[in-house]
Amino acid sequence: MTKFSAADIRKLARLCRLRLTDDEVERYQSELSAILNYVEQLQSVDVAGLDVTSQVTGLTNVVRTDELVDYGVSPEALLQNAPAMKDGQLKAKRMIG
Amino acid sequence: MIWKPITELVSDVTSGKTTALELVERSLGQIEATKDYHAILAVTAERAKERAIAIDTAIKNGESAGRLAGIPFIAKDNFLTFGAPTTAASNILAPFNAPYQATAIEKLEAEGAIVIAKANLDAFAHGSSTENSAFGPTLNPHDKTRVPGGSSGGSGAAVALDIAPFALGTDTGGSIRLPASFCGVVGLKPTYGLVSRYGVVAMASSTDVIGPLTRNVDDAALVLDVMSGKDQFDGTTIERSKESYAKLDTSLKGKKIGIIKEYFTKDLNADVRQKIEAAIATFKDAGAEIIDVSLPSLDLALACYYIIVPAEVSSNLSRYDGQRYGLAAPDAEDLDGSYELTRERGFESENKRRIMIGTYVLSSGYYDAYYKKAQTVRTKLIQEFTDAFKDVDFLLGPTAPMTAFKLGKNVDDPLQMYLADIMTVAVNLVGVPAISVPAGTIDGLPIGVQLIAPQRADQQLLSLAKAYEELTR
Repeated sequence: MTKFSAADIRKLARLCRLRLTDDEVERYQSELSAILNYVEQLQSVDVAGLDVTSQVTGLTNVVRTDELVDYGVSPEALLQNAPAMKDGQLKAKRMIG
Repeated sequence: MIWKPITELVSDVTSGKTTALELVERSLGQIEATKDYHAILAVTAERAKERAIAIDTAIKNGESAGRLAGIPFIAKDNFLTFGAPTTAASNILAPFNAPYQATAIEKLEAEGAIVIAKANLDAFAHGSSTENSAFGPTLNPHDKTRVPGGSSGGSGAAVALDIAPFALGTDTGGSIRLPASFCGVVGLKPTYGLVSRYGVVAMASSTDVIGPLTRNVDDAALVLDVMSGKDQFDGTTIERSKESYAKLDTSLKGKKIGIIKEYFTKDLNADVRQKIEAAIATFKDAGAEIIDVSLPSLDLALACYYIIVPAEVSSNLSRYDGQRYGLAAPDAEDLDGSYELTRERGFESENKRRIMIGTYVLSSGYYDAYYKKAQTVRTKLIQEFTDAFKDVDFLLGPTAPMTAFKLGKNVDDPLQMYLADIMTVAVNLVGVPAISVPAGTIDGLPIGVQLIAPQRADQQLLSLAKAYEELTR
């Protein structure tokens, strides 16, 4: 039985880049514990000799020739949604203090 | 019923009996008349009218206008489209204007179809009721106090409300079939990879598919036929059939239908059971062979799904960081803070829940116990389906264990909400096609029967669905 503590949830939120409120931490403690306990029923399933599935239609190594493809979209059009720009570049907050 | 079958509408447009502009105006009128249901998030009226006029002009000049000439349709708001923002019903994408359109939209437009509006959904398609939309829930067209199902609830409601002849949805674990069942329309989840997902907001890439919600099976088949096929921009697409998916053979002679034993338990609502048993009797009386089938691992499918899908969600949603597009946090103290504040403000509770579960099951020390285990149980499930399809051509069961539930009933209990998908998720994990077809009503609320076929047997599946539709019309 997994039971998340408040510290567990805060650590998990940090890994997810989520800044949770105290109310949220409390709420997710019980909700995520309940979900985890439900999915833990898989742990008793016998899967000896079975491989992992990662692709269901049998495709392997889908590649294309290494040449320029015109997507019909200009860089300017893609950058129109940028929240902040400077000199044609995306502008971000400082990384180190 | 204000819309004829699509092929008849197209022939009316091309013969001059009506015009594309008239169909667009009719659709816009219906959007206005059904506003209370909140099926629609944005209307692309201006662009739709321009396209309609261009199509009408082409027809007047004797040019061919396509197999969907003048047909208005609704796109779930996780399809990138021109003419309105693409929000995925989330605050984090609320300001996002698509710089290009989804391949599915482009293919439909190339045949003369016209995007008229964007439909509501659970934010990022996370949900089974459309109550997780950042912009408020959609109401069920048959009872305003109930949910339309989800996550393509706006699309299902839009078709039931006669807003357009068809709507597009996405189905990661039942998100087309559940609203189809709850709203009383046809909902098709094609074989994994049959329709390109380029330009559609990704949820769980190993199970996401695109499909139509329609008023009848022929319309679903036609829309699939136009959308399907390989796309160089989506490496998971598969070759389509050389035959048309719209050419259906409704003969039931020699067809073997397997009844999924595991779906007929005490958890199945008695009235729903009775409707599904009536559907089985309909097939049997018409000459199909009915065989009982057991898929022992089916009970594990939901647990499997709620490990694999959150894992993929946590990865796919990491791109929403407030730097390149969408919501941003200009008030943040530094870069890391801008990630955290953007995501905290922009995601709904269910998005956060799935991101955290997914991150947990993928993290070092837990990966083998959860994610790897689930992907191995998935193999077991695939084997059981493969074995079943050695003996039968199709599988049959309910789409959902109940009719549409009340708004608010499950919002505080995520696990209970997840259980609405208990009969739909396995199909996504296995990659096979499935369809929900209306199978009557219980106290005025619709219920669907779910038909399932082997991978790439989409045309046969549609044929079976059409046979049922004809027998019950």
